[in-house]
Amino acid sequence: MKVQDLLAHGFGAVTLPDGDREIDGAYVGDLLSWVMGRAQMDNAWITIMSNVNVIAVASLADTSCVILAEGVTMSEDLIQTAQAKEINVLTSEEPIFETAVKLAGLIS
Amino acid sequence: MKELSLNILDVAENSVKAGATLTQILLTQKDQVLTIEIVDDGCGMSEDVVRSVTDPFYTTRTTRKVGMGIPLLKLACEQTDGHLTIESTTQEADPINHGTHVTATFNMDHIDFTPLGDVCASVLTLIQGHPDTDFLFRHKKSGCDVKLDTRELREVLEDVPLNSYDVMEWIGEYLREQYEAES
Repeated sequence: MKVQDLLAHGFGAVTLPDGDREIDGAYVGDLLSWVMGRAQMDNAWITIMSNVNVIAVASLADTSCVILAEGVTMSEDLIQTAQAKEINVLTSEEPIFETAVKLAGLIS
Repeated sequence: MKELSLNILDVAENSVKAGATLTQILLTQKDQVLTIEIVDDGCGMSEDVVRSVTDPFYTTRTTRKVGMGIPLLKLACEQTDGHLTIESTTQEADPINHGTHVTATFNMDHIDFTPLGDVCASVLTLIQGHPDTDFLFRHKKSGCDVKLDTRELREVLEDVPLNSYDVMEWIGEYLREQYEAES
């Protein structure tokens, strides 16, 4: 499943500079140093953290997208950084667990 | 990082990489505020580089890979309403008093405070990995003032390397004793 296909399933787009990217598995976590060493390439990463380091970690771990759960948003300057670094960012209004369950149904 | 002691290790490793002959790790706990200072006499950083280490995406013209060490430490203090400052003087600007001073403050009663973890282990790791550079470690909290200065050890030990097994064992014990005696 491609990142942009999630838009048809209730996920919102914050910025999708590389929406054609394929999702392969997912990782859930908020402790950035932990995620940095464990998220796999092409994973969709679900988190409630929203700061510039999130974009840096997504870039280092090479995840296919960041999904901000619980309706968390990003500031305008962060959105611009994500765009510039070609990091896909989506939102989900639901809590982390429900977001992960929904995603699991879509990508499995 | 799960423990601040790992952040300390990370920043102190940067000091050693910057050619420091002495790296000071100073911890002060007072009224639920923890201050961590890492002070070195290494080559220092220009203003541009100081900015680049706090922002994971700042790139100078000569493209260099910036680690996440300082950005994550900054995040850890800001999560507790604390803050991080970096002061640095380059060797070119001042051939005698150059180096970098990182100060991080934390409100320990904040729910998002990251536990300090095993600082002794971090200090031991540093000495083990860099037996030829000096470290001054000091941890002050109520009823407790732990101190280790490798320059003093070196004077007594003369030619015995600091990272030999017996010395490392002794340093670990010496630190633990100080924590136990005074807490």
